[in-house]
Parts: sequence; C-alpha cells; structure tokens
Amino acid sequence: MKMLLIDFGSTYTKVALVSLDPPGLLATAQAPTTVESDLMEGLETALESFSTAQLNGVTARRACSSAAGGLRIVAVGLVPGLTVKAAREAALGAGARVLSAYGYTLNQEEIDEIYNLKPDLLLLAGGTDGGNRQVILENAARIADARLAVPVIVAGNKSAAYEAASLLEGKVPRVVVTGNVMPEVNRLQVEPARKAIRELYLSEITRARGLEKIQQQVGLVMPTPLAVMQAGELYWKDTGKEVIIVDLGGATTDIHSFADGRPRGGGRIVKGPPEPLVKRSVEGDLGLRVSLSALLTVIPPEEVVKELPFVAETEELLGYVRNIASSRALLPRNNRERAYDGAIAVCAIREALRRHAGYLTETYTPEGRLWVQEGKDLTGVAAVIATGGALIQGDNPGLVLKAGLAQKDPRVLSPRSPQILIDRAYLLATVGLLAEEWPEVARAVLRETLLPLGGIAG
Amino acid sequence: MLRNNRVVLGVIGADVHAVGNKILEMVLKEAGFQVINLGVMVSQEEFINAAVESDAGAIWVSSLYGHGEIDCRGLREKCREAGIGEILLYVGGNLVVGKRTFDEVEKLFKEMGYDRIYPPGTLPEVAIAHLKEDLSS
Repeated sequence: MKMLLIDFGSTYTKVALVSLDPPGLLATAQAPTTVESDLMEGLETALESFSTAQLNGVTARRACSSAAGGLRIVAVGLVPGLTVKAAREAALGAGARVLSAYGYTLNQEEIDEIYNLKPDLLLLAGGTDGGNRQVILENAARIADARLAVPVIVAGNKSAAYEAASLLEGKVPRVVVTGNVMPEVNRLQVEPARKAIRELYLSEITRARGLEKIQQQVGLVMPTPLAVMQAGELYWKDTGKEVIIVDLGGATTDIHSFADGRPRGGGRIVKGPPEPLVKRSVEGDLGLRVSLSALLTVIPPEEVVKELPFVAETEELLGYVRNIASSRALLPRNNRERAYDGAIAVCAIREALRRHAGYLTETYTPEGRLWVQEGKDLTGVAAVIATGGALIQGDNPGLVLKAGLAQKDPRVLSPRSPQILIDRAYLLATVGLLAEEWPEVARAVLRETLLPLGGIAG
Repeated sequence: MLRNNRVVLGVIGADVHAVGNKILEMVLKEAGFQVINLGVMVSQEEFINAAVESDAGAIWVSSLYGHGEIDCRGLREKCREAGIGEILLYVGGNLVVGKRTFDEVEKLFKEMGYDRIYPPGTLPEVAIAHLKEDLSS
C-alpha cells in the first residue's frame, strides 16, 4: 500500500511517495508549479521522476495547496482588539491569508474594498454571546445588499447569528453559522470557526476556484499552511514539548507556536487581547523574494549587512535586491549572493519572531515596579523547527535560524535556547496531510525529515 | 427601558488591588448578574471595548490607590464617542487623596458623568440594590 502526498506551492509542486505499511518515506520529487495553465501539468512533470514500479500500488492521494494566493479570507468583527482580533486568529488558524480585517459597522468604502479584494470567504463575527446584536446584523444586511459573491461564515453573538444568516441567505453563495469566536470578552474560541472554514474550503472554495478536478483526482483537502500546522500539532502532542515552526518563504514568513504562553517569570501582569494556544502569524512583508523590497523598508539595510560573515557596503546589498526585483531570479548565482540571502533570512526570522512573541513593558505603580506582559511568553519553548523553501534550500538553515533567534531586545519573549530542528527534506506539509488519518506514517516521515542542528544526516 | 444585566468590572489605572475586585465579581454573580471582570490595571479603553462588545448595562470602576480622580476623568465622554453614552457608570473606593469630604468627592464624580459614587467601606449589597433599581428604571 502506497500513497502520494502533493503540495502545490506557489513556486514548486512537491510530491512525496510513502509506504503505509510498513510506514515510511519512499521517494520525493518536485517540479515548477503550473498555475497559469493547469496545476496537473506540474504534477505530471514531478511524477515523471518516479518509475512505474515505484508508482505501482499507490492506493490514495492527498494534496494541499498554497498556489494562486492560497485561501484568502476577509474578517469582520466589532471591536478591533476583541472580536476582530478573534476572527483574524480563527482565519489564520485555518491556514488562511487574512486579506483585511474590519471593525464596527462597515461603510460603503469598506464594502467596495471587500468587493475588490475578491476574498474566497468572509468570516463575520461581532458581539459576545448575548452581547451586541446591532452591528453584526447591520453588517450582514450590508453584505447582503452588496451582493458580494462570497460564502460567509457567521461566527458572532449566538443571539444574533441566525438572524444575521437569514439576512444573507440567498444573497451570497453559501451561509454557515458556527460558534462565536469570542463567546465572552477576552475568551477566544476559534475551533468551531476553523472547522467551518475547512469544510467550506472543501465544499465551496475549491469549486469556485476551478480546482474541483484537482480535488477529485488528487484529494485536495486543505491549504498548505494548515498542513504545516497539523505537523506541528503532531510533534507537540507526541513529544509534549512546546514547539515553534518558522516557515520562511519567498513571499511571507509564517510562525506557528504551540505553547500556552503564560508568564515564565514572577511579578508580571498579563494584559491585552487573549492569544490562542496554537497561534499562527503571517508576515506578508517578510519574504526572501517577492516581498524583498518591502522587507528592506522594515529592516534597514545596515542591519542586514551586520549579519554577513564579511564586511560589505549596503550599496552591494541594494544592488543584489534590485537585481532580484528586476530579473525575478530565484536562485543566488554565487557564494556571496548566498550569504546575502542568509543575512536577509536571519533578519526576517528575527523580526517575524519579535512580532509573534509577547513583549514586556516596565510600569510603575504605588505598589512598586511591575512588568506588563502582552502576548505569549515563548521563552521556555523547547524546540524550533525550520522549514520553507527559502530557508531549507539556502546555506546552513540551522545556523540561520539560530542567528535569527537572537533578539536584540531582552523584553521580547521569544525562545531563549530551544533545540533547533531542520525540516531537511521539506516534508512538514506531507506530515500534516497524513497526521489525521495515518498518524503512524506521519510520524515515520517526521522522523525522516527532522534533523537536529549539529546532528548527522542519515 | 430595560437594560442588559451585564456588568463590566475592573480596577482602573495602574492600581493593582485585586481582592475587592474578586469580591465584587462574586457578589454580582450571586445576585444574578453576568460579570465581565477585566481584573486590575484596566484602562478606560478596555472598559469601553468590553462594554461595546458585550452590550453591557453598566460599568463598575474601582480605584483604591488615590489616583481615581485622574484615572476616571473622561470615561463618560469616551463612552459617548463609542456610542454607549447612556451606559451606567458606577465608581467606588479611595477615589481621591487629601482632606475632602465625601460630599465633595461625590459632586466631583457626578460632574465627571458617574451615576453612582461610593465611599470606602460601602457594602456591595448597597450598590447592587442601586444597580437593580437603575437597570429597570
């Protein structure tokens, strides 16, 4: 019994051939993704690297995709720090890209904006259970009036959710009511919305995107970031160790943390909106290729050159960046350029972790000095896994991650001295595709791909 | 008009007195109210956000450390801005420092837009009776 696992990435289509019994990895292959024509073409090319004998006995296929922008969601809530934030977290936790998030009653400009963003799905929250009804109802009515051709998940105040859904019924392609993303002030409940998003992804979105054929042929079951998240969840539950995944790509840097984030030090007060146990953040301005020019507006070039193993002028770095922007070259041409990629990666990881992790602020009260913690305390996280094409295919991904873990500001609550693991065969998405139905196979592939920093490949 | 029996509760400003806050939460719940307890060191914005999202009928502000006059000023105006200008605002504790009579303090906080003002040592039952009365009026 064999199985094919396929990951349609924005650049490459990656295929893994696994044996279900005994569980293990047999072979991998990849080919450039063919979004323009038909995703299947790239897949066929990748499959050519397997022999007929190898493919003999393949009984099942599963696929995930982040091609053509992945799963694109717009989140709507009431108060920005409460239900808007909760809706965002739910969407991110379902592996989506949050195109934009809105609070309070939507105005015409915002409705037009949503129309132009053409999201795959709209997540409508607002009001705690029994709380504010007015805004979610107004927003439902406005979305219905605007005839946005987008499925809507209603995940707001339970006392208004069905009324909101009835306003939308027949005006949008599909309406689903699910549990409130914030049933009480400062209590997150993202699971029901995550589940609803995944169900709609299978039933509506793949069809709307013309991926129906792909879905039938290869079993497209989830967006790639969700597969990566499921791999992390498997590692977290199996080992009992808090873990972070750093996924550095050409367009974004994703961080997934599997940790409760409670304060590790005394004398602290936790403030700010609640954070999910499994938290994913996506940084659209921190990527190694498509978003490189955006990255340099966030991180000064002077900081990047400091991470180089040699002395260089910022002018040379900027020249390299211009070259990438104009030629869209995917691979660096020489060792010097590889070193530039490494330095940029270090800075991207450091910044993405800084944004993901919590932060301490010193405050003085009549009771003395106190520390206020906002966000998750991840200082005690035991392991960090490096993945993503931009990281894995570069030089020394482990050392790049290690350098990126070093924060300049000690008040940033990012991991202090975690074990570093490298997804060396780039198979975390494969592991995630297997995790629910074939956990044993998933574990075998995970063992195969995770290489500890300083460990020996084999 | 009948208002919602939800109460947003918290200790305002940089005040970290947590005991009275827990007691108030307990007695409010026992009296049948839904309590959104924001704990200590709560900013005006947090009170308002929680009240907007939960459509609360009242905000109960505690201040024990003497800075209440500064911390509480402007809450009513901000509530009006946020579209919940009619919400009940109660405040209690050691609201000011210096030698001022409670009458003076009460007048000061009334002018700031608070509906009920309580001196230290007030039993929770007193405020709860007022709350029931105000919510149904």
